[in-house]
Amino acid sequence: MKKTPYISVKNLTKIFQIKGGLFSASRPLRAVNNVSFDIPVGETFGLVGESGSGKSTIAKMVMGALQPTEGKVRVSDVDVGIFEQSELSRLCRLLQPVFQDPYSSLDPSMRISSIIDEPLRVQRLCKSAAERKEKVAEVLDQVGLPPDSARRFPNEMSGGQRQRVAIARSLVINPQCLVLDEPVSALDVSVQAQILNLLKDIQDKNALTYLLISHDFAVVSFICTQIGVLYLGEFMELGSRDDIIHNAQHPYTKALIATADPAAERRLDIKAADIKGEIPSPMSPPGGCPFHPRCPVATERCKSEKPLWREVEKGHMVACHLV
Amino acid sequence: MNEDLLKVENLTTYLASRAGIVTAVDDVSFSLKRNRTLALVGESGSGKSMTCLSIENLLPQNGKVAGGRVLFKGEDLLKKSSKEMEKIRGREIGMILQDPMTSLNPLFTIGHQVGEVFRYHKNLRGEALKKAVIEVLEKAQIPAVAERLNSYPHEFSGGMRQRVAIAINVACGPDLLIADEPTTALDVTVQLQILRVLRELQQSSGMSMILVTHDLNLVERFADEVAIMYAGKIVEQGSVKEVFTRPMHVYTRSLLAAIPRLDEKVDRLRTVPGQPPSLINPPPGCRFAVRCTLADDKCRTEYPDWTKDGKQGHQATCWKAGEAIK
Repeated sequence: MKKTPYISVKNLTKIFQIKGGLFSASRPLRAVNNVSFDIPVGETFGLVGESGSGKSTIAKMVMGALQPTEGKVRVSDVDVGIFEQSELSRLCRLLQPVFQDPYSSLDPSMRISSIIDEPLRVQRLCKSAAERKEKVAEVLDQVGLPPDSARRFPNEMSGGQRQRVAIARSLVINPQCLVLDEPVSALDVSVQAQILNLLKDIQDKNALTYLLISHDFAVVSFICTQIGVLYLGEFMELGSRDDIIHNAQHPYTKALIATADPAAERRLDIKAADIKGEIPSPMSPPGGCPFHPRCPVATERCKSEKPLWREVEKGHMVACHLV
Repeated sequence: MNEDLLKVENLTTYLASRAGIVTAVDDVSFSLKRNRTLALVGESGSGKSMTCLSIENLLPQNGKVAGGRVLFKGEDLLKKSSKEMEKIRGREIGMILQDPMTSLNPLFTIGHQVGEVFRYHKNLRGEALKKAVIEVLEKAQIPAVAERLNSYPHEFSGGMRQRVAIAINVACGPDLLIADEPTTALDVTVQLQILRVLRELQQSSGMSMILVTHDLNLVERFADEVAIMYAGKIVEQGSVKEVFTRPMHVYTRSLLAAIPRLDEKVDRLRTVPGQPPSLINPPPGCRFAVRCTLADDKCRTEYPDWTKDGKQGHQATCWKAGEAIK
């Protein structure tokens, strides 16, 4: 049985107009191109890609922080894509973000208690200060921070503790979904594991749906049930965690896996060293398959003809001529 | 015989802070042979960058080397004057930093900035200078060099900028290159390319490298030897192969277990609870003891001696090196 999608993204496209100079016209930048995916209730969808692949742009459109140029975004029963205030205000009760850098996402002049209860005050969800205090204590406990941290300031805390505060702030209004934008990439390895375990526990306990953005396949493979690999604003491959990790089809997916884990690299026919160059500017994307200039197995056909987005096995999609 | 190019002995560095004196580097010793790469690994605040800055005599204003020796080709760098160090840095010791955008000057062309090294250290001018610049940029594997000499740093991508920084630092054929998190700001596929450039340069010139990183994946791929730092001290060192296959210190073992591996599906990651101690008044015993699941009274009161494994100098300061983690 197919689970009902909690988040549904259909043919999402975002084109930015980049201002030209004094005498040149503005030029379009296609940051996200015709992207579709569903996230069932209680599951985690991982968007993987390098910088400039459009993953944060997609997240912003899902969070209602950016208006899509084309396409639909639905979160539960909220139509986010139409970008209207009435819909967006309902969205903040359902969906909360957690950002990458817990040093810049927390106001240094506020105590932890007011950082965490700010969403409650803004949304007027609690009748009294006592109720808010109780709620703060509850989420602090949930993220594994001692109750006395409520009185402290962000600069008294380590990176891992700050990220716990950021997670607590997102949880305080009981959302149904978190958008996690590189939640552990600013943290040390040992702390990273703590936060990843915490995110998993919170998800199990509260039946949360996650949209996770990361450049790190190791992180994504641990926490995600579904993975989409982005390159220059388009999906190269999409499927369940096991489909992608154990049966990757696209050369770019294989390269990213090989880069992330030397043990996995040994079983793949594409090695990390095979990928040359860097992601090109989205201002002038290459023709044909967007990945062809860096692809070690590209043919003449890849240079001229764009591969179709097709299903290779149930739920496992890929855009590559050679599959 | 391959003698030690660099020998750091009992290096101790203090940092003054508002809260008190921080022992950022505490009695650190290691040596590095020619043509080898040593990885200094540790979490933020473990003292890996401070170790490098102490070696180069580039500590911030509030920092001071309190003891030890840094023998580079047999001479103690800590005894050199700043004039003498200026001659050594850039010529005999190169240093690559994390963010190439901040280490390059946005107002000067790439050709000018790479040329500066040759003008200053080798006194080259005119055609000879241009030739040398092109040659070293080609060594750093920058494509179409001749057309890019007049480009500015902002016209380059992150990976290309880091190649320029590499070119500047290897221009004079240094004996030692210190790379402090050289790829942390770059995309994953580009990280490996940059390290490959460094390794190829090393193979052709025979220089030694210190690679400072927190990424164990990169250590496994690119380093020969590794020193694991924790709270200002080296807690384990040895060849990469030995340390990765038979880690001794409980901290190293926990760290290796905390990395998610793609091919093993696990429900929970092994974690290291808690966080490193303050270095203002560090505990007398093992500094990892408060976070260690095996720690006993001895660990908490007595700093561990080096336990040697006997293989290629592999050693660790851990009383529990032989015990299995529960």
